[in-house]
Amino acid sequence: MATKPKVIVVGGGLGGLWATLRIAESGFPVDLFSLFPVKRSHSCCAQGGINAVLDVKGQRDSIWQHVVDTIKGGDYLAQQPPIKNLCEAAPGIIRTYDRMGVTFSRTPEGSMDQRLFGGVKNRRTAFAGATTGQQLLYAADEQVRAFEAEGKVKKYEEWEFLSVVLDDEGTCRGITAMNLVDMKVHAFRADAVILGTGGLGLIFGRSTMSTNSTGAAASRVYQQGARFANGEFIQFHPTAMKGHDKNRLMSEACRGEGGRIWVPKTAGDTRAPNDIPEDERFFFLEEWYPAYGNTVPRDVASRAIYRVTRHMGLGLGGEDVVYLDLTHHPREFLEKRLGGILDMYQTFSGEDPYTQPIKIFPSTHYSMGGILVGYEKDGETGGMVPVHPKNHASTIGGLFACGECDSAYHGANRLGANSLLSATFSGIVAGDASVAHVKGIKKRADDTADAAYDNEKKRQDDINRKLTSPTGKENPFALHHELGELMQGHVFVERDNKGLDQAIEGLKKLRERSQSMCLDDNGTWSNQSLSWARQIQDMIVLAEVIAKGARLRDECRGSHYKAEFELKIPEGKFEGDPEFEEYKAKWKANNDKWLKATIATHADDGPEIEFKQIDTSVLPPEKPRDYR
Amino acid sequence: MEKEIHFKIKRQQGPDAQPYWEEFKMPYAPSHNVVSALMYLREHPTNTRGEKVDPVVWDCNCMEEVCGACAMIVNGEPRQACAALIDDLEQPIELEPLTKFPLVRDLMVDRQKMFDALQQVKAWIKVDGSWDIHRHAPLVSPKVQDIRYLFSRCMTCGCCMEACPQFHEGSSFVGPAPLGQVLLHNSHPAGEYDKEERLHAVMGDGGITDCGNAQNCVKVCPKDIPLTDAIARLGRQTTAQWLRDLFTN
Repeated sequence: MATKPKVIVVGGGLGGLWATLRIAESGFPVDLFSLFPVKRSHSCCAQGGINAVLDVKGQRDSIWQHVVDTIKGGDYLAQQPPIKNLCEAAPGIIRTYDRMGVTFSRTPEGSMDQRLFGGVKNRRTAFAGATTGQQLLYAADEQVRAFEAEGKVKKYEEWEFLSVVLDDEGTCRGITAMNLVDMKVHAFRADAVILGTGGLGLIFGRSTMSTNSTGAAASRVYQQGARFANGEFIQFHPTAMKGHDKNRLMSEACRGEGGRIWVPKTAGDTRAPNDIPEDERFFFLEEWYPAYGNTVPRDVASRAIYRVTRHMGLGLGGEDVVYLDLTHHPREFLEKRLGGILDMYQTFSGEDPYTQPIKIFPSTHYSMGGILVGYEKDGETGGMVPVHPKNHASTIGGLFACGECDSAYHGANRLGANSLLSATFSGIVAGDASVAHVKGIKKRADDTADAAYDNEKKRQDDINRKLTSPTGKENPFALHHELGELMQGHVFVERDNKGLDQAIEGLKKLRERSQSMCLDDNGTWSNQSLSWARQIQDMIVLAEVIAKGARLRDECRGSHYKAEFELKIPEGKFEGDPEFEEYKAKWKANNDKWLKATIATHADDGPEIEFKQIDTSVLPPEKPRDYR
Repeated sequence: MEKEIHFKIKRQQGPDAQPYWEEFKMPYAPSHNVVSALMYLREHPTNTRGEKVDPVVWDCNCMEEVCGACAMIVNGEPRQACAALIDDLEQPIELEPLTKFPLVRDLMVDRQKMFDALQQVKAWIKVDGSWDIHRHAPLVSPKVQDIRYLFSRCMTCGCCMEACPQFHEGSSFVGPAPLGQVLLHNSHPAGEYDKEERLHAVMGDGGITDCGNAQNCVKVCPKDIPLTDAIARLGRQTTAQWLRDLFTN
């Protein structure tokens, strides 16, 4: 009797877990691969909340407004039809999490509370203290564990995904993965593969991301032919605290709950923050953006901080550091709403955020771009057909992507609290799509010749052999520092073409050097140096995609900013003013040229880039983003 | 002399190898934690005898004390290494792997036992499916929510298991962390429907009665989860369940 088609899910964060759930519920076996026990995935670092229009705050919030905020937040760069489904599904997703037992914060009557987040005017963010991601991750983890107990899900934890196995026609028929304990490579058959492997923040050296968020898995399938979209769109979160090992996120909820961002009005003011009177403080976000104030979107806030620190010279201690002040709130309120992160700040900084302003600066935080995924448009609703094998399908047949490693929903900038939503939703959609795919499949992985698996395994074994027989002197950990410096130096909050050319040149050299490494550990047992060496090679390849996309895009959009091409909103002018209308005409002309997705195809000497039209049928770009 | 950070690390190449201590020194910088220092050492893996050695192997991920990966014994205490600030630690800083779990290599252990225990106690809420049924769970009072939130932050790091004298290789005791999860799930309005099943899972051999009330678990929990309160409450619930079982059978 023929066995049932099987799906492999790689990555056990929110996206991967939800995909796993959907496939298991549909009655198909799932193998779930993860670098570590799935419960430790980076989704647990998301703090502030998850967006969904529940309209429980008497503000007449609407799903349409969520759609508008998401599209405009992303500066129109996202394909629009799937955003419609995302926002429509959000309230149901929250209800489902509630049923799964998530400890959402409550109002006095026991119903779900919602808070304010950036880039929106309504209280739309459901939250569980300041550890929302952890709580949602655990709920999904528990549901998957229930299926695991029934034998419907098999976990491979402490396994590293190395590549997809492609048949003669270039269709994905399985994967190769390395057991991170005995370091042996194995090939696995599957009728569909879903990547939910998360972000790539480590490419920028230090970021707010977990130490395993290297983007290596996405880079590997990119190098095998999957297209990568919008790589240059990297979110720099305005409120992080600096560290040797990572930059720790201070949730946007701090701003949502009334946190005020400021610097002393006088450069070099050495007084303690609490000694500086209110009228000698410069609340620059409140002054420049009175309509949204401190809750402008992240890209806007990060650039404003740079304006203050780099161009006005007002950063604390001459650095890109400013104050995030919550001290006007009572301790009890803060403990309840933001306790988790304020305690973390206290632990790592040794300072008391309940009585002292927090010191923050912009840090790499999220990748809007990722593996290019498709969707089937619904002619009737203008959205996406809810279940279809084209949804979240990569350009490699049989390979799907969900979560931060995909490129959907967020365009040029992601709104706060939309990532837990998109991770969950895309996991659902990709899981359903993979089921639709395997139901309609004509040729099974079992019919694929052994040679395809043997050859791919051999290719991976060869890479390991080469890395563990030293060919040069490069230390993989030192290469990572250099990569980070290059990316933070030239591909950061503010970019220019001269710097980007230097970055591209520097990355090329790094890529060559990464071919001649010398590991301090050449053993065959739990060899973390080997795993890291492989990852650094793949990170450099993806860094080139990011830098090249940034170099070619001569405009400002969302998180991507080049001063040379900035279209400035005329100060003090609004809709109807001739100056504003003139600006709007220029903005539209720029959209005609640049409102396109950047699509990268791998080639041995660096990425080849083309641009692809965006479907803007849901909300045509008639109005520029304006948060004043 | 320049300030240094001095480590004494218990190493072991693999489960069957002999353990040994190795010392490392590195330049001091403010606001280092144990993991950021280990990251420096993996790039410069030279011990105090001047020998170049294999970089130390350890687990980490979030670096914010929410993922539970980097638990190890730091100066005799089980804790998250990322939240152990060098400035707060007496030197030489002694690092050892958790001892209650099978060793993989150096500071890395296999905590699969804990995840198996979550399966054993059925630490999940039964739902009809992952689809929307167009209504929320029943209301939860803010008071109950506050208590549930204390337990829902358990990151399965294993510190409480390490500190518990009753949890070890020779015993079948499920350990404090999974017991906390029983209380968490039994206190949800829908999770309550399966309360009996979860209580039965911790009533037999290796269950709640194996707790020796040493109170070590609460002392080391990095999230201050009131594990002993949970165990006390569960103790009352299981007694009541035992009586109910007696009368219904």
